[in-house]
Order: sequence, then C-alpha cells, then structure tokens
Amino acid sequence: MSDSVAGTIANLHGQRARAPIAPLRIGAFTATSAAGRGNAAILGVLRSRTSGLSRNDFGAKPIDTYIGRVNGIEDEPLPKNLAEWDCRNNRLAWLGLNQDEFMRAVNAARQRYGRQRVAIVLGTSTSSIGATEEAYRSLDKDDRFPQHLLNPFLHTPHSTGDFLRHALSLDGICVTVGTACSSSAKVFAQAERLIRNDLADAVVVGGADSLCGSVLFGFNSLDLVSREKCRPFDVARDGINLGEAAGFALIERQGSGPALLGYGESSDAFHMSSPHPQGLGARSAIAETLARAGLSAEAVDYVNLHGTASRKNDEIEAKVIGDLFSPNTLASSTKGWTGHTLGAAGILEAVITLLALEHSFVPGTLNTTRLDPACNARVCIENTDASLRTGMSLSFGFGGSNCAVLFGRSS
Amino acid sequence: MAADTAYIEGVGIWSDRLPGWNAARRILRAETAAPDEVCQRPSPDLLPPNERRRAPDTVAISLAVGSEACAHAQRDPSTLPSVFASTYGDLAVTDYMCKTLASTPELVSPTRFHNSVHNAAAGYWAIATGSMRPYTAISADRYSFGNGLLEALVQAKSNAESVVFVAYDIAAQGPLADVVSSAGRFGCALVLGDRPTENAQYVLHWQLREKEQEPHNGSSTNNASLVAGNAMAPALPMFEVIARAPGHVVCALGPKLSLVLDLAPVNEHAHRPAP
Repeated sequence: MSDSVAGTIANLHGQRARAPIAPLRIGAFTATSAAGRGNAAILGVLRSRTSGLSRNDFGAKPIDTYIGRVNGIEDEPLPKNLAEWDCRNNRLAWLGLNQDEFMRAVNAARQRYGRQRVAIVLGTSTSSIGATEEAYRSLDKDDRFPQHLLNPFLHTPHSTGDFLRHALSLDGICVTVGTACSSSAKVFAQAERLIRNDLADAVVVGGADSLCGSVLFGFNSLDLVSREKCRPFDVARDGINLGEAAGFALIERQGSGPALLGYGESSDAFHMSSPHPQGLGARSAIAETLARAGLSAEAVDYVNLHGTASRKNDEIEAKVIGDLFSPNTLASSTKGWTGHTLGAAGILEAVITLLALEHSFVPGTLNTTRLDPACNARVCIENTDASLRTGMSLSFGFGGSNCAVLFGRSS
Repeated sequence: MAADTAYIEGVGIWSDRLPGWNAARRILRAETAAPDEVCQRPSPDLLPPNERRRAPDTVAISLAVGSEACAHAQRDPSTLPSVFASTYGDLAVTDYMCKTLASTPELVSPTRFHNSVHNAAAGYWAIATGSMRPYTAISADRYSFGNGLLEALVQAKSNAESVVFVAYDIAAQGPLADVVSSAGRFGCALVLGDRPTENAQYVLHWQLREKEQEPHNGSSTNNASLVAGNAMAPALPMFEVIARAPGHVVCALGPKLSLVLDLAPVNEHAHRPAP
C-alpha cells in the first residue's frame, strides 16, 4: 500500500476507532436465486459447481448476455390476500420468504416480542420498477397506465418493504435501504443499531431485486455487461451478468445460530459508476468491520468477494484483499453461480458466507480458468473444504457506497 | 422507554416557495409572507461549474439544503456521515428510463441510468463534499421522513458523532404522475449531534410511541400550502416546530408507530428543568 493511501486510512480511522459491538445472533437465514431456491439447493449447486446462469431471454429484445434468472416466477402469483402487491419483485420476495422455514422463525419472533418490536430493514436497488416499466409499455391511447397497474404500491421504492410488512404481519419499524449494490449488506448495520438502541428486539433484514429492463439495458449502456458467463478475476473477464435474488435473515440479541460480529460502511467520494482506483472506501469499510468485531485481519478465515467480473472492480478489490489479508484467508466470488444480483447481492452473499461457515466449505470462483496476474490475489478457483471460524462478505455499489459484514460460526 | 436526547446543530430548507432557512423560519413563524412566485432553483455550488446547470433537481436541491445545514452548524461536511431520505427518488429519471425502455431501450443514457439509483443524490453529495464517511439512502413510502430522521438520530447516538440528514422529493412526471402523487420540489436538511457542543442550537428529546391512528399533520393550513402535494410534505411540521421552538412534533414511522419529538432552543433549555 502506498504511504499516501495508508495515511488517508489512518486519518479516516485515527479519530474514530470503533469500539467493538456485542455480537448479535442470526436465528434464521435463507436465500433464493438462479442458483436455487433455499439454502440446501444453493449449497448443492455450489458443491456440484453448476452455474445458474443462462442465455438472456428476458423481455422482448434481449441483449446478448447471460443472466441469473429465477425460473417460474411468472407462473407463481402472490396469494389472494397479498394480490395487491403482485409484481415480479414481490413474487421473488415471497418465494424467498417461503424457504427454510423462515416465516416460521419470524412468526415465533413476533409472538415472543410483539408486532411492534420486530423491525424490517430491506435492501433493494430497483424494487418494483419492473411493474412501472410494464405500465409504460402498455399505456392506453391517452397515455394512461392499464387498470391492473394503477396501484401506487407497485410504483415506489418501498413496494417490497411494504409488502413484507403485510406478509409478515409486523408493525415495527419498516424501511427500505436503496444504495444500489451495497443495499442488502447495509441492512445488517442498520439492524444492529436498532437492536443496540432498543428500538427493536429482532430485525428481519434482507434484500430483493428482480431482473428488469432498467438494469439490463442500463448496465449495457455502460459497457459493463459480458456476452459470456461472467468470469470473476479471470485474465479474460469482460463484464458482469445481471441476476435476481431474494434473501432474508432474522437478527436477534440472543439465541442460537451464527453471529453477526461486525460491519463497516464507507463511501468512495470518487465517481458515480467507477470504484475508487485504490479501493480506499473498500479498505476503510473492512477496517471498520474488524474494529467493530474487535478482531484483526488474521482472524478472518474466508472473504466472499464482491467480484463482479468487471475489469475495474476485480482488479481493485484483489489488490485490497492482497494488501489487507494474510495468505491464510481464503477468498472467492460466487457471482459465476448467480450473476450480480445488485441490491440483493449483499444478502445473497451473506447467506452463502453463512453456509460456508456452517458447512466448513469454501465455494471457489466458477467459470474462471486463469486468474489475472494483475489481480495479485489469493482467489480460490476450486472449491475447498475448510473449517472456518469467521467469514466476511463485501459489497460495493454505484455512487461509491461500500459495505463489509463479518459473521462468526455458531458457537 | 426513556427519551433519548439529541441536538440540532444546523437547518437547511428549500422548496418552490421557501428560499432557504433564514427566510423560511420567518415565513413559518408567520412573520413574513411566502414569495408568490416560484423561487429560482438553488445553485448546487458544491459541484464544479460545468455540472451545476445540468445537475438533476434532486441533486441540486439535496446539495443546497445539505450544505446550508452544514454551514448553519459550522460543520465541515467532509467529516460527517449522512442519511438521505426520499419517497420516490428521482421521478424525472424514472419517467425518462421507463419511456426510453418502452420505445428504444438500446438508447438508454448511461448517465441517466446511474442517476436512477436511489442513492444518486447521496453519491453526488459524497463526491462533491469529499466525504468518505458512510452515507445511506432510504425510502419508506409516506413514512420516509420519519424513518430517515430516526435513522439519523440512531446513527448520531450509536456512533457518538454528528450526522447530516437530507430529505427530498420532486414532482411526478409523465404517465407515472397519474399513479404516484408528488408535486413541486422540496428538500430539507438537519445536522444532528449527540452532545451539547457549541454547535448545538436546539435540544431535542425523542422516543418511539405505538399508536392506533396516524398523527394529525401539524402544519397550519397556510404553511402546508408551501409544500402542497409534495411527497416529502410530512417533513414540514418538524421545521415549523423548529421555527417556533419550543414545541412538540410527531413524525409517523408507520401505520402504528411514531417518532415523538420535543424540542427547545439550547439557551432556553439551559434554564429549564430536565424533563
């Protein structure tokens, strides 16, 4: 690390070294993505190295790329009592809620603590914008939305948060975090603050982001989309694949299950769609996470990287990992299985990190054959069995929003 | 639950009829009339000159109210974390994206795409102020102001430091305007501290309260028209109370939960018994 970078980080942290937090418990967790519905399915394809990516067939004029699509959503409408919120994003959220007995865990928390004492903090990038896009494609001759899309709850960033409040029958704090691709990592930070300050006894954190024209054509307009299956950290990587996912975790003060040990947030203050060239924001988010956990970098056994397979992200992120972590820390990107699920990437990869901890299994980096020497990283390509005490997940988003989250294995 | 204490260190506000806090404070106190004409959009002086004119309204207004609040607080924005709240984000960009995707999706503008993220204003704020401190961008439908304010208060307390809070919404445009209700342009900001430093101007006590019904919107009829129809209008009662402090205000966090605040000027508070 250059002296100036080290100096800036020292300045960022010198005056506000974070005191360690009391670890919180993750009573239940689940994810659904192109790599499978629920934890067992995801673990299965991680072990068998089966990618969930497929040729892009989304929309009328699909661009030439691969996507991580959750098949079957079109044929699975919401139950009648929730039909008001019916759209792709909320269907995906509902699908996610119904795996791994997650709803049962939330019901138990509601009974234990009361409806007002269980909060919801949901991360999403585009929420239900797919429904707004559909309305604009089907305007009548007076430029009006079709009847079935006139519901305002389908056209707000908080659509899925509001849907969850009804689906889970909760009356506590309910809020949406929209910081692009760091959204559903930052939910862990917000949840910890709510519990620490006794504003909730339990928090349902999560994320849901579904495929839509905005992200497919938007990322394509930035020349960030690969025509092949994405190859994180490969010398020949040439861009990302978009994906969709929903995932949830129930955070509590006490109980069994893995622990939320720390988190760190920062911003790059550099560019709206390009990461800081020295990864300064990423470094500061990692440093803050370790300080909150009261651990040194050596204590981190696994890092699930942001690893989008964009040229810049991977090069900068690999350098950061190489500088901050010891060779004993295993690192990989799982986007070759799922694609980049944007606002849901934080929760999806948090769940994959938790699965790695609970099953003593480190997924490698799928589709990648030759690591980029410029990446200077100890990125695992192959799957490895390894007993892990701790795992960190990294998420970086547009607008230079960074977040790291650290988990510990069930004690 | 006992009330928590926080301090308002600075205030910023701008709407089509509220040109900055100094004027707004007098308007909200009914000491002077609001301008009849729509005010000129504030210049986002934090941005480089070539970016000021083409900055989206959401960005120009957020940056203007955020920097007004920091100046009022005598705080350097580059040292502060921030919380941004918006009900709908940039509705003009949403209309553009959906229109373009319906007709010529391959022509979507990369700039307008990255401006479509909910954290666009927060991202521009971080870049313009050079703040590498964390920001967040939240939304909670009609409860966006209350939830943003709560998150800012919680951050100030959790991390024992001052936090910038910015809330904004603009008018719905195009076909979306039939379904989504927001008119005019409105932004507001507070710098919230956790301790009574020399920057503190108002002390506030806050707590959550369960409720069966939504609180009455506290704005007087005259003042409500200053941000009428804007999705962030639920923010105005808080600023009325600041203008007329001491006072009491209730911000809805959801259909059955509220954030209850009591606030008073710091110098006055010093002579009053603790609650």
